[in-house]
Amino acid sequence: MSNLDIQKIREDFPILKRQVNAKPLVYLDNGATTQKPQVVIDAILEYYTDMNSNVHRGVHYLSQISTDAFEVTRRKVQEFINAKHDYEVIITKGTTDSINLVATCYGREFVQAGDEIIVSAMEHHSNIVPWQMICEDRGATLKVIPMNEAGELDMDAYESLLNGKTKLVSVNYVSNALGTINPVREIIQKAHAIGVPVLIDAAQAVQHIKIDVQELDVDFLAFSGHKMYGPTGVGVLYGKEEWLNKMPPYQGGGDMIKDVTFEKTTYNELPFKFEAGTPNIEAGIALNAAIDYINDLGIDNIKAYEDELLAYATEQLSTVEGIRFIGTAKEKSSVISFVVDGTHPYDIGVLLDKLGIAVRTGHHCAQPVMDQFQIPGTVRASLAVYNTKEEIDALVAGVKRATAMLV
Amino acid sequence: MTINEIQDELIEDFAFYQDWMEKYEFIIQLGKELPLIDESNKQDQYIIKGCQSKVWLFPEIKDGKLYFTADSDAVITKGLVSLMVKVLSGHTAKEIAATDLYFIEQIGLKEHLSPTRANGLLSMVKQMKLYAIAYQAKGI
Repeated sequence: MSNLDIQKIREDFPILKRQVNAKPLVYLDNGATTQKPQVVIDAILEYYTDMNSNVHRGVHYLSQISTDAFEVTRRKVQEFINAKHDYEVIITKGTTDSINLVATCYGREFVQAGDEIIVSAMEHHSNIVPWQMICEDRGATLKVIPMNEAGELDMDAYESLLNGKTKLVSVNYVSNALGTINPVREIIQKAHAIGVPVLIDAAQAVQHIKIDVQELDVDFLAFSGHKMYGPTGVGVLYGKEEWLNKMPPYQGGGDMIKDVTFEKTTYNELPFKFEAGTPNIEAGIALNAAIDYINDLGIDNIKAYEDELLAYATEQLSTVEGIRFIGTAKEKSSVISFVVDGTHPYDIGVLLDKLGIAVRTGHHCAQPVMDQFQIPGTVRASLAVYNTKEEIDALVAGVKRATAMLV
Repeated sequence: MTINEIQDELIEDFAFYQDWMEKYEFIIQLGKELPLIDESNKQDQYIIKGCQSKVWLFPEIKDGKLYFTADSDAVITKGLVSLMVKVLSGHTAKEIAATDLYFIEQIGLKEHLSPTRANGLLSMVKQMKLYAIAYQAKGI
C-alpha cells in the first residue's frame, strides 16, 4: 500500500471538484495532459502579478527577478534528472519541440546519405516524423525495432539493426498507447557499445518513474511540463554537453546570439545557443512549482500508488465482457488501453464523456501501433496520482453501461 | 417537408429526452435507420477525412434531387451522419447548399462540430454542402 493521502492530494487540484455533464469529473486522460495543482496555478498568477518581464535581457529589477526565477527552474530540472551541468538543460516548448531540435541539429551535423536512424514500433508520431523528415532531407533511412503481441520490443531484432550505419537511436521510455516500460538501460548500453548516441522520449515516464540521466548514461532526454502537473508550452531537452556543443543551433534570434553583423553571427554558449526568442517565461517559472510538487510527494511514492491503481484497473476492467487489452507488457506504467468486441472506441469514449468520464480514444498519435494490432484505435485510461479506486469503479461501470447500449 | 421543417421536428424529438444517455440511445437508433450506402460505393473517394471513425458518404441525383447514403464503423458517428442524411437528403442541390443547419446547436451536439480531428461532424456537413454546390454549379 502506498503512503500517500490521495484525498488530501485531490484537494490540491481545484479542477477535480468540477462537474461534467452534471456528473462528478472522472479525469483519466493524464497521458494527454495532467491537471494542475494550485501551487502551479499560483506560480503562473504570481509571475504576471509580481514579476512580468522578459528574461536574460534587462538590467532592471523585474527582468532580474524573472530571469532568476526562470533559471531556478533550470537548476531544479538539473537536480530532478541529475544532469551533470545546468547548461545541459535546454528549455523548450515541449517533448515534440525537443525531439525536433535534436533531429534537426544533430541530423544536420551527423547524418548523411546512407545512414540509419532507429526508432521503435511503438513510437508516438512526434518521435517518428521528425526523424523521417531529417532522413528524407539527408538521404538516410529510418529503421524500426519491431514489437511482439504484448507490446514489448524485440531486443534481438534491435541488436541486429545496430550497425556501422546507425547514427542515432530514439525510443520512448514508456509508450503512451500501450503503457509498456521499455528496457532503456539495455537499449542505451547496446547502442553505446558501437558508439551510437540515444535519445529517450520520457514524456510518459518522467512523472511516474525516477530518472537519473547520468546513471542511465543517456545522450538526450525529452519531456513536457504539462504531463507532469506543470503548465503547457514548456518542456525540456537534456543533452550531454559533448553532443550539444557539437550541434549547430536550431533557430536564429534572441538568446542564441552572441554577436551579429551582416557578415557573420557568433552563437551564444549552452544552453542559450538552443533557446532562440522569448521563452514561455511563466510556464518555465511554474514548472519549478510542478517539480517541487512531485518531489514533495516523492516520485517513488507516486509510482507505488499508480502501480497499485493500474493493477486494480486491469483486474476490474477484466470483468467487462468482450474486453481485450492492447499492451500487456510485463513492465507497464499508468496506461490501460483496450477495445471491446463489437464496439468502436469512439462510441465508448463519447458515452463515457456523457457520464463525466474523460478518457482518450483513437490512435493516440501512434498509428503504426494500431496498424500492428489491426484495430482503429483503443479506449485509453491513463492514470495520475490523484486518481482513485472509486474513479476506476466509475470507469468500469461506465464501460459496461456503454457497451450494453452499443453491442 | 422542407429542410427547416425536418430540423424543427428533430429539435422537438430531442427535447423529449432529458438525459444525455437517452439522447445518445436515440442517435444510435437513428443510425440503424440510415439508408445504407451500397457496399460497392464504399470506396476511398467517398470516405470523409477528419473523422476518428470512418464515414462513407455517397451522393446521387434522382429526379433533380440530391440523395445521400452513408455508413460508419462507429455507431454514434453513424447516428450523427444519419441525422444529416435525414435533414439534407432528397432536396435540391440549391436548397442543400443554402441551408443553415441550426438544429445541430439546438439539440446540443455543438461539441461534435469541433473543427479538429475529434469526430468530423463538421467534415460531414462540409462534404454534403460541397457535393450540393458542385451539383448546383452543373445546373442540377
